[in-house]
Formats: sequence, structure tokens, C-alpha cells
Amino acid sequence: MNERQAARMRMRGMLRKEFLQILRDPSSIAIAFVMPLFLLFLFGYGISLDAKHVPLGIVIEGSSPEAASFAASFEHSDYFIPHTYRTVQEAEAAVVRQEIKGLVWLRSDFEENLLSQNVAPIGVMLNGVDANTARIVQGYVQSVWNTWNQQRSEWDGSEFSMPVGLEQRVWYNPEMRSRNYLIPGLIAVIMTLIGALLTALVVAREWERGTMEALMVTPVTAKEILLGKLLPYFALGMGGLVLSVMMAVFLFGVPLRGSLLPLFLCSALFLVAALGMGLSISSTVRNQFVAGQIAIVATFLPAFMLSGFIFDINSMPGPIRLLTHLIAARYYVAILQTLFLAGDVWRVVLANSLALLVFCAFFLIIARRRTVKRLE
Amino acid sequence: MGIHLAGLIVKELLALLKDKKSRVVLIAPPLIQLIVFGYAASFDLNRIPYAVLNEDTGAASRELLSRFEQNNTFECVEHLESDGQIKPVVDNKEALLVLRIPSDFSRRLLSKQTGPVQANVDGRNSNSAMAALNYVQVILSEFNADWIEAHGGRLPSKLVVRAWYNPNLVSRWFIVPGIVGILTLLVTLLITALSVAREREAGTFDQLLVTPLQPVEILLGKAIPAVLLGLLEAGVIVVVGLFWFEVPLTGSLAALYLGLLLFLLSCIGIGLMISSMAATQQQGLLGAFLFMVPAITLSGFATPIENMPEPIQWFTCLIPLRYFLIISRRVFLEGATAELLIPQYWPMALIGIVCLFAAAFLFRRRLS
Amino acid sequence: MSERFDISGDAKSALTIRGLSKRFVANKQTVEALRGIELQVRPGTVTGLIGPDGAGKTTLMRLIAGLLLPDEGCISILGREVVADPLSAQRIIGYMPQHFGLYEDLTVAENMNLYADLQGLPVSERTARYEELTHLTGLAPFAKRLAGKLSGGMKQKLGLACVLVRPPRLLLLDEPTVGVDPVSRRELWSIVYRLVREGEMTALLSTAYLDEAERCAEVILLHKGVKLGQGAPDEFSRPMSGRCFQVTLPNMNKRILQGRLALLPGVIDATIQRTGVRLVMRESSPPDLSGLPDGIRLEPVAPRFEDGFISMLRERDGHTPPATLSLDRPTAPKSVDQAMITVNHLSRNFGSFQAVKEISFSVKQGEVFGLLGANGAGKSTTFRMLCGLLPASGGTLSVAGLDLRNAPAKARARIGYMAQKFSLYGDLSVLENLRFFARAYGLRNPERGRRIDWALQEFELADHADGASKELPLGYKQRLAMAAALMHHPDILFLDEPTSGVDPLARREFWHRISSLTAEEGVTVLVTTHFMEEAEYCDRLVIMAEGAILAEGTPDQMRARVQSSERPDPTMEDAFIHLIEEHEKKGGG
Repeated sequence: MNERQAARMRMRGMLRKEFLQILRDPSSIAIAFVMPLFLLFLFGYGISLDAKHVPLGIVIEGSSPEAASFAASFEHSDYFIPHTYRTVQEAEAAVVRQEIKGLVWLRSDFEENLLSQNVAPIGVMLNGVDANTARIVQGYVQSVWNTWNQQRSEWDGSEFSMPVGLEQRVWYNPEMRSRNYLIPGLIAVIMTLIGALLTALVVAREWERGTMEALMVTPVTAKEILLGKLLPYFALGMGGLVLSVMMAVFLFGVPLRGSLLPLFLCSALFLVAALGMGLSISSTVRNQFVAGQIAIVATFLPAFMLSGFIFDINSMPGPIRLLTHLIAARYYVAILQTLFLAGDVWRVVLANSLALLVFCAFFLIIARRRTVKRLE
Repeated sequence: MGIHLAGLIVKELLALLKDKKSRVVLIAPPLIQLIVFGYAASFDLNRIPYAVLNEDTGAASRELLSRFEQNNTFECVEHLESDGQIKPVVDNKEALLVLRIPSDFSRRLLSKQTGPVQANVDGRNSNSAMAALNYVQVILSEFNADWIEAHGGRLPSKLVVRAWYNPNLVSRWFIVPGIVGILTLLVTLLITALSVAREREAGTFDQLLVTPLQPVEILLGKAIPAVLLGLLEAGVIVVVGLFWFEVPLTGSLAALYLGLLLFLLSCIGIGLMISSMAATQQQGLLGAFLFMVPAITLSGFATPIENMPEPIQWFTCLIPLRYFLIISRRVFLEGATAELLIPQYWPMALIGIVCLFAAAFLFRRRLS
Repeated sequence: MSERFDISGDAKSALTIRGLSKRFVANKQTVEALRGIELQVRPGTVTGLIGPDGAGKTTLMRLIAGLLLPDEGCISILGREVVADPLSAQRIIGYMPQHFGLYEDLTVAENMNLYADLQGLPVSERTARYEELTHLTGLAPFAKRLAGKLSGGMKQKLGLACVLVRPPRLLLLDEPTVGVDPVSRRELWSIVYRLVREGEMTALLSTAYLDEAERCAEVILLHKGVKLGQGAPDEFSRPMSGRCFQVTLPNMNKRILQGRLALLPGVIDATIQRTGVRLVMRESSPPDLSGLPDGIRLEPVAPRFEDGFISMLRERDGHTPPATLSLDRPTAPKSVDQAMITVNHLSRNFGSFQAVKEISFSVKQGEVFGLLGANGAGKSTTFRMLCGLLPASGGTLSVAGLDLRNAPAKARARIGYMAQKFSLYGDLSVLENLRFFARAYGLRNPERGRRIDWALQEFELADHADGASKELPLGYKQRLAMAAALMHHPDILFLDEPTSGVDPLARREFWHRISSLTAEEGVTVLVTTHFMEEAEYCDRLVIMAEGAILAEGTPDQMRARVQSSERPDPTMEDAFIHLIEEHEKKGGG
């Protein structure tokens, strides 16, 4: 038998072993297939930044046709569940009791001011604890008010019109469904989990159980050990990807405007980078418990927090923004959001793929260097 | 009983703090996460890259645009020349927002007609898109009010917006009190969920069982050190939140710590429940993870519970973090008193007691 | 398979090591694990690597296997330089580490297939080779069983089969028989010997069993990283001739006799052997037995390898008189003949599997009672039931008059327990461990302080008091575990394989302590062990197989049962193996 045949035989042996282990160990299957389902359900149904049916207090101190008309426009809005109060004190108490998110205050002289030469102030008070929701509510109130102004001037034919009118055009996601942007980003988080966490655990397990020591004294080369881990989990990860993409499109109705080929190619790149991270971690610490911890802290959390998956990277402070450049998931999230919602925007896809390529190379080299056939 | 517990507590604290690895796990991740969460987890936009396509040559458009330029939240990246340039700028993520002002803008304004401004927003991140539009709306409203006044008109009504508790709507004030809860959960859950499994793997668990220690004592010996470390850890985070992130503390510390104590009780109950079911540390870790991910995502930490579908809202009632987040935020920002927080206190106490009993039960059952 | 027949380099040596040194850095301290090792291993032989804990045996094995890089020196295996080209050397060696990592979720056949692939065994040769190996190891019926479901001895044999899948030129075995019962141990050995005899194989193995060393063609003695000697086993024992004696005194408890003899001047080793005590003297003159009762008999015996080994180590380290232990208890020992442990028709099921089948025995106060059996015979299950760690499925048991499972926690204060791997809190220091166990047993100051001082002094732990216990050498871990178990003056001591993996010197010391504990304090001891020579220290013992008791009695009775004309003077191990084999011949229970 020549060396090439022997190498092929070794590779086949390593791969078969790994696949058998995957099949027999329910936890790998769980991480690769059950975890994506679990996370996608959780996020798809549980997480939403779209505030709808916000309980809002409307304080009408003195009833008048104008006040009633303004209050009625809140009734018609999908965004609010108005609660009417007579005095502002009552409404404030309801805010403290967390019953309403804020209040709109029409004073007793509202109609009088409106019809005279004075400006009628409309007090809007919001519970600012949840700043994001407060800002969204503020925007909704503003647009209810704009519409009401517009309608009023049309009805009574008054000469008033707003000088500048805003014409909104939200690209790619006109209804602004937060699910449409969260779910593609979530795929990046899931791929990080499969890639980094799973491999971090399986290699460390070999060290802990002593199987690595026994392997190392066979003619198997370090490269073969590495590939023997990389290929099976790559296949597993791509399986998880297909599952996630199908759920995103068919279950959650996220549009997939780009083409599948770049989606899978970029995902493959990211997966290799994540596998490389997992392998580097586990071959460095050689202990499942620690490897798992590091994998969560160093790959999962950044993928969650710093990838632009939920929080906008542009708004982070400078040093943190710099830090996000070191996180592979950031580039993948950008690709996923673009491919799903915007389509094949080659400049975004290619530039980010290039970055992913650098990560792949970097982590594979580290993993290769760490995987030596020695115990030290 | 006293001497047994003292021994167990000292042992547990030493085992946790003497091992370099577990010390690192206890100290480093919470601190790193505190800093990173504190800075990164924000829905506020403060650098909105925008591009402008101004087809109008009049003064009105220039005045409007200058308001954007002077605003720190907006950052102009490009002036465009033609319609065709809009798409690539948005597609390539060069700008989040493209403002397009039509050529008759100034003329229409001067003739008291509405001049439309088109705002093209990248909706790939719909939350940023919405926030950006709100910021634009605010600038436009101010501009409108000023314009009408300057040109002898009158605005029939105006919105006077005020935010209670957080006048500048800083997300960080919302997030940092939440981090107190998340990190406390993380640390106590990791300590307790793995503790029994670790002793099982090391073989010391059998050793414990043949001593005169009672199962209840063993459980308390695991719970009390976790409470101590949890209180300490939470204390550090509160101090960092107050002095580093400058979140105001308007309520009483006592109300906060009462909530914290009950929260720790429930976390430790859950942790010990996981622990008494797990045979190995890996199972413990997986169990903790499986509990933690939904507990954090559905707790209302980042996204409001009110936005969730109703069945999930009911489900969140089982998550202790949900209650603690309300307590922490209300005490920090709203100055809530203990009295107001009773609806949050008792569910945590209930969850804690039920879980501790369940842990004790499972623990005994596993022994047989 | 060209490599199989390429004989290159020095034909007289399968393994040549020159000037080998290896240092480790731990806690900023450099430890010299090996210093200037020079050795040669003759081809076609079995060579044993012997030495106490921390001698550097595992380090040397790993260096030869190419898993570690030496700081100085060179290693060559049949002309292949390990340091320069480990891959080429790894093609011709088979290495079985101390804890051979089998893939537990793969079947026996799948494990062998993996190693066949990795070793490059052509598919055409596999069927024949597998047949040969599974036949040899007795694994044939289990080909489809998951490796994780095999017993300890089976796992070890499967490990060996994996290493041998493609016949290596040099076989390295690192303590292959630790934790393996005598029957499996004997089988493993016969496999190795057969392969060395038949094929062109050389074996180098390290072991803690000195009787195994005696069977090697050559022995290399390592101590504290230095090679003390190399040669045939009888070269070590030859200088001992005339210095070894067997002493018998029929009416005296052997442990007491041994304790007395060990203190005599000129004695460097005293161990219980069959019906009496075996003495090794510093000089070749018999001991002065004048102070001992009449009827004592002394006869010279032939030296063994073990005698040479012990005397060599003692000479090197300076002989300290054997440690004895006083429990520091005010009360005098109670009357004997009271049953401390009674077991009646005890059984335990795991699902449909009956691990313990209605066994009965009783242990009297002050007795040392042994629980012996092959791996998986049910002795650990019995042991755990007695300690109250596992409920019984049927039958009754009483320990000090109580079933510990249901008894109040206070009752557990009467027992001491030493777990198999000396389970202690590794991150805690010696002192912190002792303090914890003192508190766990409810000891208050000043009693607590007094007991801790006693433990530090009696077990010579004072020098290590502040070191993390996980860093202690194994022998010290054992002492600490024992100290913790004795903190509270227990009446009964449970010892689960208390000497597993511990070197012969530490083992001797341990048994000296047990002897004085029972003699002076009347403590009852229940012990499980794999070392058959240790069974001689027991007053009575049971041998278990497949969950049932095969035999019960004193060591003398056990040996008498298997005495025959071709085996006039059987050892305990012979008795054990004979009983087990007889049982198997009968077709199990």
C-alpha cells in the first residue's frame, strides 16, 4: 500500500468514526437541529420590536367636538388602545401603575385655543424607562397628529397646510416587520452555536476521554485529525442552515430576495470560520467545561450583541465599533440581511465575504498550529 | 446543624474561589459583558449616515438641510446628483437614509403649499429604520413650527412631548438596570447548576453522603454561598451602573435589594433543580443554557413583553427575571417603593420556594 | 507492508535511549521528570518498567511514543529517530496509554475498524486479523456491543486489540493492568507474551504489580526520574539470597505478628505471606526472635524480585520504621465477637439486571473483612449499599445495628469512608479539606483543632498542609483521604480499593496503619481490593462473581480449597483465579 492509499484510508476511518459518534450522541443532533428550531421559534414568535396596541391615556379635561375628534383618531389607529381619563392626575396614577405607557393631554381650553389665534398645546407625556418603545410611541403620536391636522384642514377648507410633509419610503421592508430583520440575523447566531460550540465540545471531549492520546500515536497526521473533525460538522452545520432558511421563508414569511447560491457559499465560509474558532478553542484548553464557557463568551455572546443582529453597530461608541470588526458574525449578518431583504447586492456580499475569508484563513491556521501530535 | 452548614459554606466558597478557572468564570465574563452590554446594547441611533439629493435651489431646502447638518445624530455621507444614485447608496449600506428634496420644494413652501420631502430608509434593520424616521420627523416638526411662525402663519396646535423618568430617552438607562438581573442570573445559575454534578464527577459527592450531613444541609450549603456571591456580584454591577454609566438611582436601595434577594432565591432554586437532575457537568451546562436563553429573550430585557403574542406573554410569568427587571428599572428610574413592587415580589418568592422544594425532592429521589 | 520486514539500525536493540532528560514547569517550579536516562531494550522480549509513583514512568512512555519532546537526548526505535521523525516511528509502534481512550459510543468492531484504518491495515487482511484478535481477547461474542458497555477488564482488552490491529514492532503499555481484576490481568499478560513469542514484537510495559515485573525478561527500575538499574528480575533478587525468611506463629494474629516483627532491628520489610510473615533483612543474618512467644518458627526462603526492589528503594531513601497509627481515642476497645455488619439475602437490581443476588455475610467487630471479585462481580454495588449510598432491592443489612439508608444522619458519624479515587476537594488545601470534614462530622473546637493537629502529624501531612490537595502525589492523597475518614473516631471503616494505583511502598505503609487501627482500637474494616497479596491482610473475606458469593472464609481456608498435588502451595491469586474459573466452567450461577 502506498502512502496516498494509506492516507485515504485513514481519512475515511476518521470520518466514519465521527459520523457514527454524531449519530449515536443525541446532543450533537440536538445542537445542530433542535437548537435552530427552538431558537427560531423563540425569536420568530417571542421577540418583536413592533409596538402595537400600546395602551395610551387620553386626558380630555373639557369635552368638545375638536377634542373628541382628536381622541377618535387614536381609536382608529392600530397602534393604540386609548384609555380616556377626565383629569391628568388620574392618568398619571395609571402611568405609575404601569397600566398605560403615556398620556396625551387635551386641556379644557383645547378647542377654544384651537379656534382662536392661539396655539393649542397638546401635552404628550411618555414613560421613558423603555426609551426605544417611548420613541416609537412618540413617532406614532406624531403621525396621528399630522394626519388629524391634514384631515382638519381638508374638512374645514382652512388655508392651513404643513410646510414640509414627510414622504416615507422604507426600502426592503415596507411594513417594518422586525421579524424580517431579526430572523436572518438569528441564522448567524445559530450557525455560530453549531460551528463553534459543538466543535469546541467534541474536540475537548476527545482530550478528556483520552481518545486523543491514543489517536496521536497512530500514523494519522495532524491535518487528518483536523479534517476529520471539520468535515462532519461542516455537513451538520449546512444541514442546520437549510433547516433554518426553510423555516425563515416558509414559516415566518421572511422574503428571500437574493439567490440561493451566494447564500450557501457565504454560509459555508462563515461556518468554516466558526468551526475554526471552535477547533482553536478546544485544542487550546482541552477541557469540555472550559471550552464550552469560552465558546459561549467568545463566540455566542458577541454574535448576539455585537454583530448588528439586534443592535445597530453604527450607533455604538468608537472603541466598541472597532471591536465589532473582529467578530466574524458581523459580516455574516450583513450578508444575510442583504441577501434576504435586499437581494444580490454584490458589493455588500463580496466585501463581507472577503472579510469572512480572512477569518477562515486565520482560524484554520490557528487550529492547525494548535493541533500538534504532542501532549505539550 | 450550624457547624455542618458553616463547614459546607466555607468549603463551597473556597472551592469556587480557589480554582483559577472558576474564579475567571465568575469574574471576567460578567465584567466584560457589563461593559460590552452597557455600551453596545442600545436602540438609540447616534450616527445616522444619510445622503442628500437636493433638486431644489431655493433657500428653504438649504435651511432645512442645515438643520440636519447641525444635528449630531445625523452624519451626511454624500450629496447625490441624480435619482439613479439613490439605489446603490442604499443597497450598499453607505447611507441608512437618503433625503430627496424635489425641485419645486421652496416654491411650494413659499406659496403655502406642502413641500414633500422624501425619506428613503434602509429597512434591513427595521428598528433602526423606524428610529431614523422618528428623528427625521422631529426635525421636520421643529422646522415646520419655525417656518410658520417666521412667515406669519399660525399652527393650530402643537405637540409638547415630555418623557418621564428618562427625559432624553437614553436606552442605556433602560439596559443597565436590566444587566444587573441578567448577570446575576448568569452567575448564580452557573454556580448552582454545575455544583452537584461537579462533586459527582469528582467523587466527593459520595463522600458527602456518608457523612452525617443531611440532604437539606447539603442543598443549603450549595444555596447560601451562591446567594452571597450573587449579592456581591450584583452589588458591583449596581456600583458600576451608578458611577460608570451614570444611571440615576431614584428609588430606595432596600426595595432593590429585597427584590434581588427574592430573585436570587428563585434563580438558585432553578439552578439547584437543574443540578439535581444533571448527572454530569455537561448536562448541567446544557440545562442552564436551555433555561437561560428563553429566560433572557422573553424576559423583556431587550424587547417589551407587550409586543409578544398572548400565549408567550403568559409563559413569561414563569420567568423570575421578568419580575426582577421591572423591579430594577422601576427602582432605578421611577423611584418606585417596595409597596408598589409587591406584585413583582411575591411571584419570585413563589417560584423560588417551589423550585427549592422541587430541587430537594429531586435530590432525594436521585439518591435512591 | 514493507515496514514490517525492514530491519535497520542496531539489530540488538529494539529501542535505544541516550542521555534523555525531560523537565516540566509547574507553578513556576521546574520539575525534573527524567534525568540522563540511558537504556536499550532487546528485541523480542518483554521488558518491564518499574518504579514508585512519580518515578517518571508515564513521561518516559510518552517520550518514546513521540507525544512529548525531550529536553535532551535521543530515542530511536529500530533505527527510527522519534524526536526528528515521530510519524515514521509511530508507524511501527503500538501505544496503550494508562487510560486508553476507547470511543465508548462506538461498537467493539467499529473501534477496531477505526484503528485498522488509521494503521493502514489492508482490508483483505482484516477478517483474519480480527478473528485472531477477538479470539485471543475473548471479545468475539461482543463485536456489536458498544465499547462503553463493556466491563473494565474487557475495555482494557479491547484497547489492546486496537493497538495490535496491525502488529506493531514495539508495543508500549502504560500500566495496562491498573484496576483490572486478577483473571483479566492474567489473560492480558498471556496475550502479550504470546504475541511477543510468536511475532517479531518487542514489548515495554510499566506496572505497579511486582509479581508482573518478575515475569519480564528484563526489568528497568526507575526512581525519581533516574534509572536505578536494569537487568533480569533475578539479578535484582540474587543479592537478597540469605536475607529472606518466613516466620510463622500459629496462635497469633498475623497482622499483630507482622507489626511486632517490623520493629525488630535489621528488618527492612515485613509482609504477610500465606500462613506467616515474610521478613527481609538488611544483612544476611536471621532476626533475633528472642522477645517473641514460644512456638515461633523461622525458615529461610528464596528471594523474590520484590525483595530486591524494596531493599533498593529503602537503601536509597533511608529506611524509616513503619508508620503506626494511634487513633487518639480515650476509650478502650470494646469486646470482640459482636457483629458489626450483618447482611442477609441482600440483592440489588438495575432494571432487569440483578447485580447482587441474595448474598449473606457478617463482619465482627475488630475484623478486617475483604470483598473480592472480578470487575463487575457486584462488589462495588454491595459496598455502596452498605454505606447507604444505594438502597437495596431486597434483603436486610445492618451496619452497627442500623441500615444507614434509613437511619438518622447522626448514625453515619459512626462510619468512615474512603472512596476509590481518594475523592477530595482538589482545589482546597490539605488543611482546608481536613477542616471541612471535621465540621461535616460535627466536631467542635477545641476537639476539632486537636483532631486536625493529630491528622497532620500522624499522616505526616504537615509539610503539605497548605498545598492544593490535587497537586499532592498519589500516596499523600491516599493519606489525606484516610485522615479525613478517621477524623471522627469511626467504629467502622469502609475502604473502596484503597491502594489502587499506589506504589508498593505506600501500600505497605497503608496496611501498617490499618493493622494498628484494628489491633489497638478495635475498629472494624471492610475493604475491596484487586491486589490479591493484600487479601492476606484480611481476617476473613468473600469472593464474589456475577453478584453471588463464591466463597467465604479466612485466607488460609481459601488457599486450602484449591490446594492440589500439582499446586502444593497456592497463592491467594491462584485461589481466586481457580475459584472464578471453576465457577465459569459450571456455566455461571
